[in-house]
Amino acid sequence: MSTNRLDYLDELEAEAIYILREVAGQFEKPALLFSGGKDSITLVHLALKAFRPGKFPFPLVHIDTGHNFEETIQYRDEMIARIGEKLIVGHVQDSIDEGKVIEQKGKNASRNALQTVTLLDTIAKNGFDACIGGARRDEEKARAKERIFSVRDEFGQWDPKRQRPELWNIYNGKIHKGENVRVFPISNWTELDVWNYIRRENIPLPTIYFAHQRDCITRNGQLMAASPFLNMDEDDVVERRNVRFRTVGDMTCTAAVESYAFEIDDIINEIAESKISERGARMDDKVSEAAMEERKKGGYF
Amino acid sequence: MDILKFITAGSVDDGKSTLIGRLLYDSDAILADQLEALHASNRKNDDGTIDLAILTDGLKAEREQGITIDVAYKYFETDKRKFIIADAPGHIQYTRNMVTGASNADLAIILIDARKGVVEQTTRHSFLVSLLQIPKVVIAINKMDMVDYSEEIFNSIVTDYKKIAVKLNIADVTFIPVSALKGDNIVYSSTAISWYKGDSLLHHLENVEINRDNLSTHARLPVQWVVRPQTDELHDYRGYAGRVSSGSFKVNDKVTVLPSGFTSTISKIELYDTQPAEALAGMSVTVHLQDNIDISRGDIIVNSAGEPQLSSVIEADLCWMDTRGLDTSLTYLVQHNTKTVRCKIREVLHKVNINTLEKDFDEDFKLNDIGRVVIKTAEPLAFDPYQENKANGGAIIIDSRTNVTVGALMLRQSVE
Ligand SMILES: Nc1nc2c(ncn2[C@@H]2O[C@H](COP(=O)(O)OP(=O)(O)OP(=O)(O)O)[C@@H](O)[C@H]2O)c(=O)[nH]1
Ligand SMILES: [Mg+2]
Repeated sequence: MSTNRLDYLDELEAEAIYILREVAGQFEKPALLFSGGKDSITLVHLALKAFRPGKFPFPLVHIDTGHNFEETIQYRDEMIARIGEKLIVGHVQDSIDEGKVIEQKGKNASRNALQTVTLLDTIAKNGFDACIGGARRDEEKARAKERIFSVRDEFGQWDPKRQRPELWNIYNGKIHKGENVRVFPISNWTELDVWNYIRRENIPLPTIYFAHQRDCITRNGQLMAASPFLNMDEDDVVERRNVRFRTVGDMTCTAAVESYAFEIDDIINEIAESKISERGARMDDKVSEAAMEERKKGGYF
Repeated sequence: MDILKFITAGSVDDGKSTLIGRLLYDSDAILADQLEALHASNRKNDDGTIDLAILTDGLKAEREQGITIDVAYKYFETDKRKFIIADAPGHIQYTRNMVTGASNADLAIILIDARKGVVEQTTRHSFLVSLLQIPKVVIAINKMDMVDYSEEIFNSIVTDYKKIAVKLNIADVTFIPVSALKGDNIVYSSTAISWYKGDSLLHHLENVEINRDNLSTHARLPVQWVVRPQTDELHDYRGYAGRVSSGSFKVNDKVTVLPSGFTSTISKIELYDTQPAEALAGMSVTVHLQDNIDISRGDIIVNSAGEPQLSSVIEADLCWMDTRGLDTSLTYLVQHNTKTVRCKIREVLHKVNINTLEKDFDEDFKLNDIGRVVIKTAEPLAFDPYQENKANGGAIIIDSRTNVTVGALMLRQSVE
């Protein structure tokens, strides 16, 4: 691809739009997985660029653990009203009520792992053949290995040893019934690229990405937002801190960072100077060296 | 700032992953928590130092076996450039993954173990690099620490490799003696290799000119999607969405739509809420035509002044990537741009013997074989020779029984 004169953000944007349109062209029933985080917000913006003035050829799908930051849900609903697209919500609570998963117990209990079951159920129930996600290869070492069109079997499993060749910008979306493809249009973006793009495009974000005051407790060396979803006991000391979130997932697995970055420029400076990676603030990746790979083999994003 | 995409290639254990790790480590591109994980890992070098290869060997099986299985992508930047690195496996079994990484690279670093010199896998990867038309090649002669940083050894490998480069038509080669393990000539110039006066690898990567302009300037836009809102106020809106793969389009350009052959004129170019005067190669846009003609996904819009070849019998170079060998009696699918049609490999013209780089007239096309074939497609493809225009000359073969991508095609010419 001859892209001599394009600036890197334009090149990344053009690639992502191209991938989104390939999904539209190749699949019968795609969906865009929307988590409420900055990466999926960026995806929605890219989808506007890919398909407007037409409608999106897919609904947005939110897998709701029930343990959300209030700001995320508020943002989601406002965004849906603004763009006028369809939203489907899969509730982890339903999977619990149906007895398909069992709520974890103890201090480090989180619904993060349970959401895979809800995700797979939602995919099956709606017959989705492709799910677009905002994962990036720079996030984590197993992700660094995944194709842009990543084929999953009937059980949602990723088989890292049997990935299809993926040449040039030709994406093979052919699958058998029951299988689905996970598609990652911003695979080649770094965290900083996303922020620079959000700044350039003036994309609104949930307020939790910016520095604010919040009651926190310290768990395993990390700052966690105090919330009714976090199992707390008398050892946990609640302190009011100046924090922001670098990545947003479930409240029980997303750690805050101490920050005074109130504006997007401050955030970009903070990340450029940071010595810790983005997923360093995710409890779910701390479990073991292969935590992400194992989750992906189990059907996780 | 621009992006340089490069790949590391070469035989198994030549030190590709270590070299990438070293590059990142010495340019301070590794964050504290990743560094901590590196120190905590139980895969260490023999002398107890941290094994930098595990920065890219991200799969459990890779760390257990100490080899790379699939491509890892890494991202870093310096003041000069952004880099996207593809660390490819050297093992022959995983050649298809190397091809995956190489297909989008602007530059290839081919490693050679100084103790072993040029081996079969060096030649195979060099052949693939030349077939895929990666414009720049760096030969990193690695493990110089294990041959006492010997200039003679370096020179004799350079001489050997140049013979291959001539045979393979690889014009632009730079040779650098390095030690990925010790860090010689990776980011910093080596003091141990004082006889070498050239740049360190990073310095070279930062400054090497990537001239993508030598590619075809003929304008091509494969149509991915037709935007038709069909609302009351946008009743007649009909936009053709796609990414310009080469050349550029301007409003009022005369265009032809293939395969139908209808001609029209570009009336408008849109990128969301802007209307750029020109759609450049690489841009994802929506174009409008003056005339109402039937266009759908799979069609390609081209400038009428320089049309591509339109043919259903095409000679092509083929790289086979599946454990099931090629079956000339079988109907496969070929995917070229946004078009997927049935095809047959009508004839195997020859294969290439990797050791001698001579033609081999054995017709049995197996995993990792490379050669030349004639394909017959159910509908004509509008293509340019890969040599002239990569973006419109590459295609993949899909086995419709398994849906797996089994072959890479570099289209050459119509032989209808
Ligand atoms: N002495 C010495 N050893 C090296 C050097 N570079 C790599 N090695 C060692 O060579 C072995 C293989 O290194 P890797 O980086 O895993 O090799 P690779 O080319 O990535 O291998 P595959 O990806 O499996 O093809 C490891 O034990 C490295 O420590 C070097 O410059 N000098
Ligand atoms: Mg390796």
